[in-house]
Formats: sequence, C-alpha cells, structure tokens
Amino acid sequence: MKAFTALFTAIEQTTKTNAKIEALVQYFATAPAPDVLWCIAILTGKTPKRTVKTAELKAWAAEQAGLPFWLFEESYHIVGDLAETITLCLPEPLATSNYSLTDTIQFLHNLAALSEADKKQQVTGRWSELQATERFVFNKLITGNFRMGVSRQLVIKALARFYDREENEIAHRLMGQWQPQETTLPALLSGAGTTDRSYQPYPFFLAYQLDMEPEMLGNIADWQVEDKFDGIRGQIIVRDGQLFVWSRGEELLTDKFPEFAPLAGLLPDGTVLDGEIIPWRDGQPLPFALMQTRISRKAITRKALQDAPLVMVCYDLLEEHGTDIRNKPLRERRHALAALLQQLPEPVPLILSPELFCTGWEEVRQARLGSRSRNCEGLMLKRKDSVYETGRRRGNWWKWKVDPFTIDGVLIYAQQGHGRRANLLTDYTFAVWDGDVLVPFTKAYSGLTDKELLEVDNWIKRHTLEKFGPVRSVQPVLVFELAFEGINLSSRHKSGVALRFPRITRWRRDKPASEANTKQDLLDLIAMGNL
Amino acid sequence: MLRFDAKGIYCEQAGLYIDPWQPVDKALITHAHADHARPGSKAYLCHHDSVAILKLRLGADIRVEGVGYGEVFTVNGVRISLHPAGHIIGSAQIRLEYKGEVWVVSGDYKLQADGVSVPFEPLRCHHFITESTFGLPVYKFPQPAAVHEAINTWWRDNAAAGINSVIIGYALGKAQRILAHLDPDAGPVYTHGAVDNIHTLLAAQGLVLPPARRVTPDMQKKDIQGAMIIAPPSAIGTSWMNRFAPFSLGICSGWMQLRGTRRRRSADRGFILSDHADWDQLNEAVKATGAEHVYVTHGYKPVYARWLREAYGLDAAEVETLYDSGQEDVVPGAAGPGDQDLNPEL
Repeated sequence: MKAFTALFTAIEQTTKTNAKIEALVQYFATAPAPDVLWCIAILTGKTPKRTVKTAELKAWAAEQAGLPFWLFEESYHIVGDLAETITLCLPEPLATSNYSLTDTIQFLHNLAALSEADKKQQVTGRWSELQATERFVFNKLITGNFRMGVSRQLVIKALARFYDREENEIAHRLMGQWQPQETTLPALLSGAGTTDRSYQPYPFFLAYQLDMEPEMLGNIADWQVEDKFDGIRGQIIVRDGQLFVWSRGEELLTDKFPEFAPLAGLLPDGTVLDGEIIPWRDGQPLPFALMQTRISRKAITRKALQDAPLVMVCYDLLEEHGTDIRNKPLRERRHALAALLQQLPEPVPLILSPELFCTGWEEVRQARLGSRSRNCEGLMLKRKDSVYETGRRRGNWWKWKVDPFTIDGVLIYAQQGHGRRANLLTDYTFAVWDGDVLVPFTKAYSGLTDKELLEVDNWIKRHTLEKFGPVRSVQPVLVFELAFEGINLSSRHKSGVALRFPRITRWRRDKPASEANTKQDLLDLIAMGNL
Repeated sequence: MLRFDAKGIYCEQAGLYIDPWQPVDKALITHAHADHARPGSKAYLCHHDSVAILKLRLGADIRVEGVGYGEVFTVNGVRISLHPAGHIIGSAQIRLEYKGEVWVVSGDYKLQADGVSVPFEPLRCHHFITESTFGLPVYKFPQPAAVHEAINTWWRDNAAAGINSVIIGYALGKAQRILAHLDPDAGPVYTHGAVDNIHTLLAAQGLVLPPARRVTPDMQKKDIQGAMIIAPPSAIGTSWMNRFAPFSLGICSGWMQLRGTRRRRSADRGFILSDHADWDQLNEAVKATGAEHVYVTHGYKPVYARWLREAYGLDAAEVETLYDSGQEDVVPGAAGPGDQDLNPEL
C-alpha cells in the first residue's frame, strides 16, 4: 500500500500528463506483479466489490473518532467524500503497518464472509495502523469508488510505454471483463491463454464536437453525413455462435436486450457491429426518455418490451468473418455493413444508419437544424476514407450537436457543494414563473466560473431568507440562463417537468427576476419537441 | 453588555462598536483584515502594530489610535484591554469588563505559534465570542514546522528541476509567515507588490523579516530562476504570474485540508497552513475561557454551536455577522478585498 499510496500522491500532486505517466511507469517498474495487476484493474474501473455498508463505516468511524453521529454526518456533508471524511475525523494512528496492495484487496475480499462485529473489529483495526494518505487510499478502496486522476487512456499510454507496445493493442487487451484474481500480468498483456476471450469488444472510436465552420472540413463529397441518434452506443458481437452486447461504458448488456438474442444465429461468426441502441417504432426513433425508464429496471417486463422496442442503428462494421477490418476506409466498411444487413431475414432489430445526402455544407446546416424533429441530437460527420481509430480523436470524425434548449430561471434555493466545491454555496435550485408564483423546476451545479461561484456564494450569504437544514432560500433576484438537452413531462417532479443534463450557461446580470421564463414556456418546449 | 446589531458588535455602555461592518462613531478593531476593519467610521482604535496597515487600507486621513497588549483604558465605566490573538501581526482579542462581567471578542485567532505574531493568550471570561471558520472535526492542521519543511522541500525540488515556485498566501499575515520560514539557502525570494507594500510598512515599525525582492516590471525573465515568489490570491492566473513560467503553484490555506479545495484551482500543491484555529484549537480556546455563554460567528456556526452545547453543556448560540470566513484563508480564485485595496503594482 505504501508504494501505491506514493503513486497516488505523485499523481495528485501534478496536473501534467507526462508527470502522471512517469509516476505510473515508475510504479510498473518497481511494484510486484500482482500489485501491478490490481493497480491496472483499479485505475481502469475494476474496483473490488464492496463488502461493507456505508452506514456501518459511518457508525464505526464516528465511534472511533469520539464524535456524535450527527457531527460526523455534517462533516461528511461538507467534505462530500466519505473516504476522506473518515480519514480526517479519525485520531492519529497507533501503529504502522506494511500491507501490499494485493494484501489489502484480499483483506477487503475476506470481509464479505465475516459477521458485522468481526468486520468492525477488522476495519477499525486497520484504521488505527494506517498513516493519513494511506488511510485515505484504503478508505477509497473500501468504499469502492476509487478514482485517481488518471484516465484509462493514460494508463494505456503508460503501459504501452513501459512494455513497449502499441497503445491500441493495450487498449484492446484491457477491454472486457477480465478479473485480476483470475489472470496474471503476462496473460493479460501478452495474450497467452486468451483464446477464450471471444467476448472482447474493440475500443470505441469517439468524436469531438465540431468547433469550426463545416466548410473548414473541405469537400462535402469526402464526407458521410448521418443523424446522431440519442441512445446507448454499443457493439454487438457474434463469435463462436455467441452474442455479446457491450455499451461504450464497457458494460456487458447482453441480458438487458432480449430482442437481440436471435442475432446469435443470424449474424455470421466473427461479426462486430458498432451502432446506437435506441427505442424505435414505425420507422423512426422514439424519445430517449422511454429507454431510460427501461434501462434502469432490473427485470424487463413484457410491457417495457412493448413500450420501448429496441433496435441498433448500425453505422460501422469492425470485424467481418473474424477479420479485424478497422484499418479499411469507412466507405468500404460501410459497403460491407450494408451488404451484411441486407442479407438478413426480416424482421431483424438492426437498421442501417441512413446516410443524409447533402450536396453542400449549407444543406448540412439545414439538416442539423431539423435534427430535433427527427428525435436526434444532431449530425455525425465522418470522412469517407477514415479508418476506425480508438478513443476520442480530432480530425476524421466529428459530432455536430444541435444547440441546447435554454431558459432563464430565478435562483431560489442554494446548498453547499460537495468535493471540489465544499464550503461554498454552489448547488442551486431554479424557478420559473407560474402566474405570480415561482415554481422550482430544476437544479444545476455546473457552468459558472470559480470566480462567479464565489461572487454568488457571497451574495447568497447576504440575501438568505430562511434556512431549512443545509438548504437556504434566497431572495428571488438573480437570473441565470440554463441549457439542457431535453425536456419531458414528469410526474416525479413538483414542477411537472424533467430536464435532461441541465447546466448553467450564463449569469443574466442584465435581467431582473420578473423577466425570467414561465412554466408555460417550458410546456411549450415540450409541445414543440413532440410535434 | 454586548449585543449584535445591524452595524456590528455594539457595547452600549461604552458607546462603541467592535469590528463594525457599517460606519459608526467609534470602532474598536481586532485586526486589519478587510472584513474586520471596514472604512467610514469616525474614529478607530486598534493595536499599535495595526495602525499603519489600517491607514494604508482605509485612508491616510482616518482618525486612528494605537494601544499595546494588556493596557487597560476605561470608557464610561467599561474597562477595555487588547490581548494577543495570534492570528496575524497586531491582531487582538478585545476584553471588556463592566461591573464584574467579562466579555471577550476574539476576532480571528489561532493557538499555533507562527513565529511572526504574538502568540494567543487565553483569557477567562463569562461571555466569549468565537469564530468558527474551521469548526468541523475534519479540520485538524498539521504541525506548522512540518508544513514549512514541506514548502522548502517543494521549493528545492522545483529549483533542481529548473522551475520557479509561486506560493500563494494572503498579503497580510500569511505572506510574512511564509517568508519567515523559508530556507535562506534554497534560492532567491521575490514578492508581489501587494506583499511588498505590507512588508515595507511592517519593517518601518520594526518587524524583521528575511530579505526578499519586490518584482518590478524591468526584471528580466532570465534573472528569476529557481526562485520562490510570494504572491496574493488575486495574482493567480494573471499575466503577472505567467512571467515566472515554468513554475509550480502552491497555495497555503487551511482549506487545503480538503482534497476538493486543493483541486479546485489546479494548484500543483496545497499546503495546510492557516492563521485560524482548527477544530482542536477552537475547543481548547473555548474551554480555556471558562465562559458559560459562547457566541459563534463566521464559519460553521450552527454545527459548532450545537457541538458546544452538547459536548460541553455551554450556552452557545450562532450569531449572524458579516465577517467572511473565507477571506483571510485563501480560497483559490478569490480576489480578497484586501488585495484590491492595495492596488498591487504589476
């Protein structure tokens, strides 16, 4: 744990990518192989399963720190991170210890089988023999949300550098559901014993938002224009007669989508499709909200299957008859994809992503403006001779999303932020007018600069009307422009509407509260969207 | 004897305010930070060491009088004296006694010795007014010696790597403390204009600080290498600061105890160095007063007041004031009003 903690500290103490990679390479070079394997697993999101409940951790920590439970909770609320709160509240350690990362993971694993009393004894025992930062890392592991300030891409870079490999190869090997306790470092990285890894998806190729005029892209004839569908990006894999459905978040979602099951027998062995999984009926996409309700369910009911029938809108073919064709140009891959889909018997839950034929960039602009009425979130622009790259890259693929909806809301409640914003009032609730009453319709946390946050924080402290626990109501004076990607009626929200990804875009210092938008404006937006 | 009204902490018997946030006739000032010493009052009284800074910040023409620690003066029967608060140079707790009842207004304070200001002196009293800037058990500050050592190590490592070290601390208080503990052999030290203005004033009244050079527009980039530059929060992200590139950015503040605050401003390093009392110091200070009535101001007021009631059985209440618990201790990104007053030369 000491070496791993040192790695954590080194990474936390720099904002520079190269220094982070250096620190990782240093760790790979010096740590024992099982620890390196666990380190890779943890940094790529394979945190060990949680074996202790949050409520238990809180209670034990408060007790060991000699604090009343309410005070521990208040502290947690301010710090915003349980692992950190525990670390800071506990008294100085009584002893020192020297457990390896693998020991610690094993320790956490073993907790699962213990009674609550034994768990408590074990965990509090560890707390009293770990120094501050080590204790924090331990707590992060035990609470199961360890993030270290390094992206997956960075881990891949460091591994590629240390083992002298291609980044793509490393990215591919780290994909999927390998488990550190079931493999070894050489097996993971060198391919020994990997014949049974037919479930492996390819790393996804992601696009940046277009940040220039489309004319800058050159000749329209070199570009393929498609709708940008609003669903779950995924890969459908059929190998050895078995079907795997992966999301971009690398979740294996095969069981969530029973409608794809027949594909195992329909698609030729060695096929990998890339596309968007969306609800679809009568030849067009349904709103994203429909799928969201379905995805969050554990068990899928027949009704859900009927209400939100899913398809994959396919836009790429990555593997054809077992051959990786990612290095072929897009036009060839698309040709192969179209041919493949055409030979499948109807009905099949696969649809070829339609190409929008535009003769000039002005037409593309028009098509983009119409996206919302097609239940799409914009366009995709792909160079016809582009290969399928990995990760988010500029140049050959661009997404060109429509501008978000905006509405001006009045700040009416504020609450202290978490984590980075601890100690500042940065969690806001906004309202719109319903007659002469302000009705809250959304919360928003992001969008203001640090300087603006401080200014608003200061203002709130001077214009608080009432306090309800951590929440303050403030004089309805400040107006903010809020942007969001979608809006729907909702029975779960007081205002009757639910926004998708709301954030603050501007502080409307020019507008008095009386000129903020109204509830009717929100309802009009919904009506427009459903035309 | 004291009450909190719309203008500040008021003593009716003596006819004066302590740290008023609106103009009054007579103002007693605990210390010269901008949220405690505000402009517009007709007459000010503070510790000797705060006089010059008050004039710098509130105007050379203000009426201000200085007294020493422990000197007692009487106003309409109220015995008043100033005692060290250990917060910054010249900072004072104000003790008021009338007919056997003693109140202490502590302003901002800390119990750690910082090597620059006169250390905090515990006072027995019946009524104690305390800040609560760091009034949560998560704030337990490390020993200052360890922090100063960490700053020096960081500086030496940076210098060895050929980069400058820019360290951020409030111009009045933190900057002197940082300077006083730098390793004189580690390299040259420079100061921002706002910091140097304060240092010049303090030197004139006899404070001895290690040498540091003010950054001036004529300085060449090549002359500043492996250096430590002390700057106020308002300098973060300015072109003034970028001239020192490549540099590593360190911030000194009690808020650096929290990882979130450390990361908020992409500082390379956060050093937990505060001029306020942490959790243990607050509790120690409150207990040492023997006071039964405690008024909790700026900070985590409701939480700390509840703790005092439940843990020690005190009559503790939160009080609204306009003191700013974020101000002295650098909140990254905040341009402290004090820095703006000083109109730093870039």
